[in-house]
Amino acid sequence: MIDVLIIGSGIAGLEAACNLYESGKEIFLLEKEKNVGGNVQNWDTLFPDGKNARDIISYYMQEIQARQITTYLNTYVTGIHKCVDGTFEVHTSRDIVFKCKTVLIATGYSLFNAERKEEYGYQIYENVVTSADLEKRFAQQSKNQLPNGKPLHRIAFIHCVGSRDEKSGNHYCSKVCCITAVKQAIKMKQLVPDVEVFCFYMDLRMYGPGFEEKYREAQEKWGIQFIRGRVSEVAETLDKRLQVKAEDTLAARPFKLEVDMLVLMIGMESQASTALFQKSCGLKCADSRFIQPYQHHLDSNATNVKGVFTAGACIGPLSVFDTINHARSAAISVSNFLAE
Amino acid sequence: MIEEYFVLPFIIGLFVLLVTLAIKYVSWIVQLSHIDKLRVLQGFFTRRTLSAIKKIWKECLLHTRIFKTNPLLGYMHMSFAFGWFVLILVGHIESYIHAESLSVPPWESIFFRYFHHEHFVGERFFAHFMDFILLYILSGVFLAYAKRLYSRVFGIKRSTKLKPKDRIALLSLWLIFPARLFAEGATASLYGNGGFVTGTLGGVFSFFEINSSFELAMWWIYSSSLGVFFITLPFTRYMHIPTEVLFILLREYGIQLKKEYNSVSKIQVYSCSRCGICIDACQMHHAEISNNQSVYILKNMRDENLTDRKLYNCLLCGRCEQACPVGINLNDLRISQRIQASKEFNSSYDFLTYKNTPQTDVAYFSGCMTHLTPGIKESVCAILEIAGINYLFLDKEKGACCGRPLMQAGQYQAAKKLIDYNRQQILDSGAHTLLVSCPICYKVFKDDYELGQINIKHHSEYFLELINAGYISPRKSDNIIVYHDPCELGRGANIYNEPREILKKIGKFRKVRIEKNQSLCCSGSLGDLSLSMPDRNIIKEQTLSVLLKHNPDILATACPLCKKTFVKGTFIQVKDIAEILVDSIKKKTALLPEMENVCE
Repeated sequence: MIDVLIIGSGIAGLEAACNLYESGKEIFLLEKEKNVGGNVQNWDTLFPDGKNARDIISYYMQEIQARQITTYLNTYVTGIHKCVDGTFEVHTSRDIVFKCKTVLIATGYSLFNAERKEEYGYQIYENVVTSADLEKRFAQQSKNQLPNGKPLHRIAFIHCVGSRDEKSGNHYCSKVCCITAVKQAIKMKQLVPDVEVFCFYMDLRMYGPGFEEKYREAQEKWGIQFIRGRVSEVAETLDKRLQVKAEDTLAARPFKLEVDMLVLMIGMESQASTALFQKSCGLKCADSRFIQPYQHHLDSNATNVKGVFTAGACIGPLSVFDTINHARSAAISVSNFLAE
Repeated sequence: MIEEYFVLPFIIGLFVLLVTLAIKYVSWIVQLSHIDKLRVLQGFFTRRTLSAIKKIWKECLLHTRIFKTNPLLGYMHMSFAFGWFVLILVGHIESYIHAESLSVPPWESIFFRYFHHEHFVGERFFAHFMDFILLYILSGVFLAYAKRLYSRVFGIKRSTKLKPKDRIALLSLWLIFPARLFAEGATASLYGNGGFVTGTLGGVFSFFEINSSFELAMWWIYSSSLGVFFITLPFTRYMHIPTEVLFILLREYGIQLKKEYNSVSKIQVYSCSRCGICIDACQMHHAEISNNQSVYILKNMRDENLTDRKLYNCLLCGRCEQACPVGINLNDLRISQRIQASKEFNSSYDFLTYKNTPQTDVAYFSGCMTHLTPGIKESVCAILEIAGINYLFLDKEKGACCGRPLMQAGQYQAAKKLIDYNRQQILDSGAHTLLVSCPICYKVFKDDYELGQINIKHHSEYFLELINAGYISPRKSDNIIVYHDPCELGRGANIYNEPREILKKIGKFRKVRIEKNQSLCCSGSLGDLSLSMPDRNIIKEQTLSVLLKHNPDILATACPLCKKTFVKGTFIQVKDIAEILVDSIKKKTALLPEMENVCE
């Protein structure tokens, strides 16, 4: 019987694994993809200081290798079952049943599928991309051009795509997209100094360290324009540019804008597997479909099921550094539970 | 003779009834517009009157439409209406034969058994026949009692709530026929003039040795219950009994509802029998909303105490209208109330400037909702290009709204401005066909635009024509497709077959349990601006559970709003007919060189 089975090997799972290993627990890591790292692999740089995301992943890779933590790749969970003695049986796609004392869920989030907001034309119009797509382009350094080779003159970012949006069923804030948009907008300006950048927002939530300063810098130093108002619809022109219809709600004025590229700041959604856990072991979920922490303040890693813990964005949108902190606290919570 | 005073309640009741009806009906007919009055005059001596009488016979007496919804409920209504009608008719014939004259006062016919005990030609036949009819009505009365107790047996899950005056009317109606049975039974006991039912009851009464004062008391009860019912009738839902006759007549003469609430609307409102069939048709009850169904709205309209909250909380899906056995235009009635209730907002639309419209054969109007679902817009244009149609994308750049959402909200004057603007543009284009990809636009173009000779086509109609004429040839795939009927296209514009025809050509089409004129609403309707998103989602999920029962590959629809609504509720592909069609054509033509390259 192992001590802790960690589901998910994104930064949350990896951080928790290292900490639990240090405290002498026997642990296994499960990962549904073919390599570890999770969503952070798709990122180029991280706010607020522009740290390279690949550095974070390689750091954790080294840590895991150094400790020889057993990791099952290409393995996903099909059900968590609680036994009468309080231990768990975790069934997986590999027909292996893991018996463990505790389960640590570190499955993170999935990105909102922007095709569901059809009015923005993602996957219909060539030059509509998501924030995740843009990050990949940054990583490949193919930034200052459109895919068809034309230069960029003007781009726009749309905030809150699939967040704070009752119509798409997600009424919550995804927390990180505001600062990500600021980060990406500045990056665009750095790469293509002549480009005009517009951000369409509802509210700007600059909650973290250095965020507000970044936002100020974006306006003062880089001349990025922030317009309060949601975009209503997007149409493609003959030369594949995009015509954006929006309203500047501060000026109470509707207007149109033609841009070369449109970036959709997609939000976070609960993983499909969360619903599976909910079904198989009665895990309680919030209205947002993310896992409901047992107590927000004093016990945010525990869940309503004794012995099942959470680490990272499976409880709701979190930034990278919040995730790492949450994973560390998860390790402490699990250790305390096992000591009892 | 002092005993005969018992006829007074009946006479007073009948008098009050006739006078009230006369005042109401004359005032309504006087208020009809000049053209409508001409319609009545011109229609009166034509076949229309005959066809109206036929319909009155079928609907007001036999209640065939209720029969179709629920045979037991239909039988109940038929026994009351048709039975009573026969009872009155045969009762009069009986009294005429007895008197050998046509000048018989009405109370003598109604209370015939009390007045006449002597033998005459056919007396036995009439006694048995009248008893048979009375028994038939009593079976209906019995069902009515049972319905109040066990409404589910009648297929009615939720019944209407009653008010005191309704209760009085209802009780008096329930009392009339048992009272008649007892009165005639008492008379039969004393004079032996009963048929097989009243005679038998008379035998029972003889056993108790009843006297003539008991007999008189019974006739008093009978007469009083008739009198009470007649007096309450014009002020309760039973007003529908005479009004439905008037409604059917006017409808046959071609008189329709107008935008404003007028006497035609009133006639429709008063024709509502409050049977409650519309309550079960309404999907709102899934969200536990049970005060805004049409039957309540019509009642509030009659009592003039309708609140905005109830009035505006309706998706205008039209399912109640489809279910209504009287055929009342429930949606348009509601909209007419919204027009009355809505104030003029800032809607000058000065920024709309007329511009020169290029000439074309086919004008394509996509509408706001299609602009919000660019996948549909692109597909429609792609198909038109493949088919080589000379078309103009009318609202590609600066389109104005078609006006239908404003119309649904009751903003009629504002809608009119948009309609005038768009109408001019469409007429200026010289197009012979107006192609529309949104049923919401389609409905208003058909109903309110007055475009004359221009063919208005929904894209499902138009594309089917293109396929049949060989302009485009789709390839059939193995995808299992189910189709959702959009409210505005199906019930709103009566288009059910064209989308199905197309889908049968491009995939494996499967029927769903509730479809065509009964189809459920997606809940995305613009007709309701007050329904909360969680409540909408409950209705949407219920609709999706019906549509996706058999796990189709594609959920097809023909309305951008339905598509947008469903996409957020399922992981199964939701596509407009145009999108599925363009896929099936493109697959076939993929081997050909691209058009653009050829042109260059």
